[in-house]
Amino acid sequence: MNALNDLGLIIGISLMYAAPLIYTALGGVMTENSGVVNIGLEGMMTIGAFIGATVGYYSGNPWLAFLCAGLAGGVLALLHAVACVTFSADQVVSGIAMNFLGPGLSLFLSRVFFEGATMTKPIPLDQKMPRPLNGVFAQNSFLDLVFNQYATVYLAFLLVFIVWYILYKTKIGLRIRAVGEHPRAADTLGIDVYKVKYLAVILSGVFAGFGGAAMSLAAVSNFRATLISGQGFIALAAMIFGKWTPQGSMWACLLFGVAQGLVVYLGGTNIKVSSQLLAMIPYVLTLIILMSFVGKVTGPAANGVPYEKNKE
Amino acid sequence: MQKKIMAVVMIAVLALSLAACSSGGGGDKLKVTMVTDVGGVNDQSFNQSAWEGLQKAGKDLGVKVSYQESHQDADFVPNLETALDAGNDLIWGIGYKLGDPILEAAKKNPDTKYAIVDFAYEDTPENVVGVVFKQEQPSFLVGYIAAKMTKTGKVGFVGGMEGDVISAFENGYHAGVEYANKVNGTNVEVIIQYAESFTDAAKGKAIANSMYQQGADIVFHAAGGVGDGVIEAAKEQGKFAIGVDRDQNYMAPDNVITSAMKRVDVGVYNVVKDLKEGKFPGGTTVVYGLEEGAVDIAPTSDKHVPKEILDEVEALKKDIIDGKIEVPFNQETFNDFVNSL
Repeated sequence: MNALNDLGLIIGISLMYAAPLIYTALGGVMTENSGVVNIGLEGMMTIGAFIGATVGYYSGNPWLAFLCAGLAGGVLALLHAVACVTFSADQVVSGIAMNFLGPGLSLFLSRVFFEGATMTKPIPLDQKMPRPLNGVFAQNSFLDLVFNQYATVYLAFLLVFIVWYILYKTKIGLRIRAVGEHPRAADTLGIDVYKVKYLAVILSGVFAGFGGAAMSLAAVSNFRATLISGQGFIALAAMIFGKWTPQGSMWACLLFGVAQGLVVYLGGTNIKVSSQLLAMIPYVLTLIILMSFVGKVTGPAANGVPYEKNKE
Repeated sequence: MQKKIMAVVMIAVLALSLAACSSGGGGDKLKVTMVTDVGGVNDQSFNQSAWEGLQKAGKDLGVKVSYQESHQDADFVPNLETALDAGNDLIWGIGYKLGDPILEAAKKNPDTKYAIVDFAYEDTPENVVGVVFKQEQPSFLVGYIAAKMTKTGKVGFVGGMEGDVISAFENGYHAGVEYANKVNGTNVEVIIQYAESFTDAAKGKAIANSMYQQGADIVFHAAGGVGDGVIEAAKEQGKFAIGVDRDQNYMAPDNVITSAMKRVDVGVYNVVKDLKEGKFPGGTTVVYGLEEGAVDIAPTSDKHVPKEILDEVEALKKDIIDGKIEVPFNQETFNDFVNSL
């Protein structure tokens, strides 16, 4: 029974860890399939986490907060799109700018809304994201440990399916991928390349904003400047690891989550391994699997190349 | 035309900045400033506490106080320069990250006094004072409270990254539990785990969840942002948590039973007072503890902790101040402490 509970604990931690990463990685999948690199996901997550926590605190409505977080990420992504799509700016440089802008703006606004404090006030438990299966199973039983998750966790997996469906089963998905592979060909066939890229980039910001809110409205209940520290980049890595597909990215995020779950579990057992070594496991494991199983990964052909209509 | 205007503006700016430089140093009021860590002056943690201490000094002692905010590590050196140019008599660095920048600046400017919070130099220059806190003392007290209040006989400790400061929290806490075991004839167990991070809130939550699942019902954290996750886990599971550095009860009023507080404001105020009275302890590291009122348990502890336990804590404080109990701060002293029980 104890082994089962330990397993439940690891799975539960994996899911909690993976959910924010999945949202953000899906954002990466969207934008990069349309040929725009977005390393600003971290910044968009940060602003999403901040707006989520702030709206959540003042309105008491987690769903409104979640949507606003997506909106905030989307607005930041719009700036990225203007720079990269309309003005053909260097996409990496613009992404770096987003990573400065997101946290900077969050801190500035935090001071405005919270009497000069650089962290938001905690949201009471009953105004956080709901846990649909809370209390259904006995506390700390296997099923409780695995399934007693916040709604954001379930939504993340739903979104994986939705993004997969859009990208591979709908006309707009085909267009997004066409624009990412060969924009000129798509253009000659009458697709508005700019419009498609704008849509994909903005959606990536919205998803990253959701990812941030999954941290600040579910994993914890407040925002502080260090809440998002590296998740955006891990999600980016997970997306590449997952070969630019939604389902692949999801597995990569889950793998990372499982590794973190193992770290926490092993750190709590009597096996005496130094915690510094344990803390390396998720990253080392990712590297090993990337090198040995995944093989050559190729992204969209025109990824990162600005498209200019009248230039050959 | 435009170039000429530019030139005029440039000259004006240069002239102004020169004027700004030369205006420093004057006046007979003592000038004290502080350079914050990256959290900024309103971080609701030690930077804010330091600024409160400085403001109090400004009010009570009639010194002129100001602050320079840092937003990234690269800001430390320029901020120290600015503080120097403004003609301050004493310049504070808040947090161990400013240890090296302060030392550099102090060596270059032997006529200006410097002070640093949470950092002890091996060889302190004459114009510098290090201020450190006995974090093991409040940790001991909260450890005692945890051992008295646990219903499951298991309590937890979540550390940030291993190091002298966090180790003092850990061993002080552990010693508090062992002391309570000895005095009350109980057998409370301590589960210790490090997050190897000060920022990963999700990991803090995961570790706390794992501890609660292993049967602990009270978890103490000394882990910065990781602690947000620990407190969140307590909130979700209806268990207890113990805060750190300041009174964290507001994070979860029903779950944070007490906090191990470090009164940076008291330390800052005391050093400024010494300077004002001409007793600046340059060249040394001053250690503040219970005696100076610079560490304590949170004032809101009485919400959850029964009065008789708080009375015992008061007695413990007295014993620590009198030297009857020497709280251990690392593994070695902890072993000695346990053997002497």
